[in-house]
Amino acid sequence: MLKRRSFVKKNILLNNQTNPLTFRDVTFLKFPASHWRYRIVVGPQVITVAGKEVLVHGPGKVPMQFTINHKKYKACLEPRVTLLDTLRDQFGLTGAKRVCDRAECGACTVLMNKKAMYACSVLAIEAQAAEILTVESLMRENTLHPVQQAFVDNDASQCGFCTPGFVVACSVFLDEHPSPTPEDIRRGLAGNFCRCGTYDGIKKAIAQRMQRGA
Amino acid sequence: MPDYAWPDTEHRTLIGKRIPRVDSPAKVSGQAKYTYDVRRPGMLYGKVLRCPYAHAKIISVDTSAAQKIPGVKAIHIVQQPGSTIFWAGDDVVAIAAVDEPTAEDAARVVKIEYQKLPHFVSDAEPPPNVAEPAVGPLSQIDIWDLELPEEQIAAEVRRRGVSFRATQAVLAQLRRFRMPEVIVDAIARAPYRPLTDETSGSLYQRVATETKGDPDKALVEAEVVSEGLYGCSVITHCCLESHGSIMEWPERNQLFSYMSTQGVSAIGAQLADPLNVPAANIRVHQDHIGGGFGSKFAVDRWHVAAAHLSRKAGGQPVRIMLERDAELEVAGARPSAYARVRVAAKRDGTITTWESRSWGTGGPGGGGMVPLPYIFDVPNQRKEHIAVRNNIGPGRAWRAPSHPQAAVITMGALNDLAAKLDMDPLDLWMKNLDIAGQRKETFREELGIAAELMEWKQKWQPRGQNKFGSLARGLGLSIHLWGGRGHASDCDLTIHPDGSVDIKMGTQDLGTGTRTVISVVAAETLGIPISAINLQIGDSQFPSSGVSGGSSSVGAVSASTRRAAIDARDVLFSKVGLVLNVPPDQLECVNGTVRVKNNPNNSLSWKQACSKLGVMPITVRGRNPNTVKPPDLTGSGVGGVQMAEVEVDIETGVVKVKKMVAVQDCGLIIDLKTAESQCLGALIMGISYALFEEKIMDLTSGRMLNANMQFYRLAGLADIPELVVHFMTGKGYDERGVIGLGEPPVISPGAAISTAVANAIGVSVPFLPLTPNRVLDALARKPGA
Repeated sequence: MLKRRSFVKKNILLNNQTNPLTFRDVTFLKFPASHWRYRIVVGPQVITVAGKEVLVHGPGKVPMQFTINHKKYKACLEPRVTLLDTLRDQFGLTGAKRVCDRAECGACTVLMNKKAMYACSVLAIEAQAAEILTVESLMRENTLHPVQQAFVDNDASQCGFCTPGFVVACSVFLDEHPSPTPEDIRRGLAGNFCRCGTYDGIKKAIAQRMQRGA
Repeated sequence: MPDYAWPDTEHRTLIGKRIPRVDSPAKVSGQAKYTYDVRRPGMLYGKVLRCPYAHAKIISVDTSAAQKIPGVKAIHIVQQPGSTIFWAGDDVVAIAAVDEPTAEDAARVVKIEYQKLPHFVSDAEPPPNVAEPAVGPLSQIDIWDLELPEEQIAAEVRRRGVSFRATQAVLAQLRRFRMPEVIVDAIARAPYRPLTDETSGSLYQRVATETKGDPDKALVEAEVVSEGLYGCSVITHCCLESHGSIMEWPERNQLFSYMSTQGVSAIGAQLADPLNVPAANIRVHQDHIGGGFGSKFAVDRWHVAAAHLSRKAGGQPVRIMLERDAELEVAGARPSAYARVRVAAKRDGTITTWESRSWGTGGPGGGGMVPLPYIFDVPNQRKEHIAVRNNIGPGRAWRAPSHPQAAVITMGALNDLAAKLDMDPLDLWMKNLDIAGQRKETFREELGIAAELMEWKQKWQPRGQNKFGSLARGLGLSIHLWGGRGHASDCDLTIHPDGSVDIKMGTQDLGTGTRTVISVVAAETLGIPISAINLQIGDSQFPSSGVSGGSSSVGAVSASTRRAAIDARDVLFSKVGLVLNVPPDQLECVNGTVRVKNNPNNSLSWKQACSKLGVMPITVRGRNPNTVKPPDLTGSGVGGVQMAEVEVDIETGVVKVKKMVAVQDCGLIIDLKTAESQCLGALIMGISYALFEEKIMDLTSGRMLNANMQFYRLAGLADIPELVVHFMTGKGYDERGVIGLGEPPVISPGAAISTAVANAIGVSVPFLPLTPNRVLDALARKPGA
């Protein structure tokens, strides 16, 4: 059962060459509802679909490996498990938060191959080939990343639950737009929401980075 | 007797300055751990099966298929067959399994049979004229909402009964929240009547009628009368960290819980009864919380269910965090309030009469009347409130309960009156400040400052006359009032012989800056840097501190920390005095030294001074309130003024806020930086509820249509204009003590923005949120349109 859809932030499609099969190709494949009976770790099966041989992973647990924050990680997971849940539940990387769990709020933003992505809407199995960076990678030896420091200076967090997502989104946004226009900011950071109302601080943090060169 | 008073301006090194939030680095780096982030060894994942119907009876529950799934460790039936469900999404069965996918699989094969009952989820339509006197039992929130004199509330409680069990723990909690004893006593004796279809009475219930002065005579004599419809829809809390907890039983009779809660010290007493375990055996812990806004006071069904699941699984930790749809559907809703208002005045603008017929829903119990007219105590009044009892889901306290709704209705009505009088509303407000209660002089001063910051007099134009093409601009304003006195709070402060200092308090930091405030007060009092203080909060094993609600935390923790720090400092002085050969009262703590006043050279470093303690640390407890250690360090009763400038596209109906000004009084400010953030955040949250937020119900299915973050839209970065915050500080304000700021600034934004829209387009848009649809409807109904 493949229950999750894959969404890619900013309409940038994931370039996942090494994975032979992306989830979209197999949405029409049906597994029995009682698939849990067969939940064992197995290698991919080869089946023929529309005259082509394709590899099918799961529905049981599949060995997977990841490159996260320049380190290798391994886990056995069902193909339906998201990257976000993998980061949080398997590897203890809880900076990315689960809020909407369907690509609406941005609290789970991570970088995949330097692009900002909603980790809640990427399947872990699809993320294996990517270079993944989470908010935990930004600090260097107890020194905050300049964007993080700007967030502190401008009090751009209150409860702080949206903050890691915003920090990651802002850091990659400023890398791509060193001197953004208000329109750039409006569009570039439209994918993250805050409930406490820290946007004023976030805007000031961005302005501070612009002055100093991001 | 030591002097506990706050230091005066010249002697403040940290208080009132812009001090960075102490937990910012942890939050920006992803290191701050929230309940949702905690992973206990052997933790099981819980899922809750929720009722898909808004009103139904549970006929049967069959969990046999779920039990057979490998990895399922416990199943708990939350509501047994025979129970009635009053809102969609209510908890029925909870399941714990080794991982989330397994729990989801198991939930999918549980069979529940329901008998659907007719539901009712509307609330905005004016109620029929016949509304019976309320008969349904009162919930706790209903009782808080009753806008009646104490004796009458007690009588209502006795007459209607209560829908909750009035255990000693519940009564103690109500007393902590300062519910008058006469009402608590009535609750203790009131009949327990659980909410059922039989007890709840009809859909429309008259809960309040009140007449003051002679409204009929005053209306006849009035020179100008304005009439209109105003109100706010139900909105949700939408905490980004959903509600939930991790429950585990390390011993058969010992419960340990990580919980996302606004009241770490108050949870044990609430859990004790449903779990049949002494509160003393319950430990609650929370490091950080991802938003509460009034929705995380209580122990909810899912918390109790997680504890039951853990018990059944042999004590293994069980986590239940709500999914986003459940968070929006069942974990928090601000009651709606609507009113048809008639307000009358003399030609010079003196308001003489207020008549309102209001209604609204707080869910199955109906809910109470918001305080109308808000702030302005009009001499002649007639009011009636109808509670709409429906299946929209239970209401919860939402920042400044009832006040934002009351402000929208009152300011909207007065704004229409001003238009009818051809008056600038700023002049109308000024003209009537004499009936604006105790803070009227604060309002006068604040209105002047706000008008300058907004350039009101330069920008303001009569209704509908500031247009450029399809864009119409307008200005609006609102005033608000809040209490904010500090609750009961204990603080243990320890000075160690090596100079380190730690503080333990059973309070919590909702993101409001509680940690920062405690640290600033302790550092200021002891003359040491903030970084030297090791602060621990968020555990029920620490000295208890009240529930963070009603803006009561900052006053409380500041006061108890101040008293603890002064007492600890004086113990230290008594030791150092012997060394420096001066009486202890001749010493002061400044800049990391303990020194003789007026002789700074005769000093010890902080570390040297602390070494004089010997080998034992000293721990003292500070308390709030504490009448034997005066003065009162907290205060109550703040006033604020807000103004909004908007631009409305009259072709599309899209409203944009262009600028907002907030002028706020909150007594002595401990940390200006987090105080400003609190106001800025409130303005932003206000823009969000004024323009976008609404719990939209499907009349056919009885379910919330937008229980997600795509269609339950919050304001985004792009919706935020220039925001100006000004605090009333210095003489006349600082000496009032520390007063909370969580609620006041979130009261006025809706009213300021809606009155600005009316000024822009020439007609009031009756109900918030001010969606394009509603704006266009109002324009179409405008006379002469």
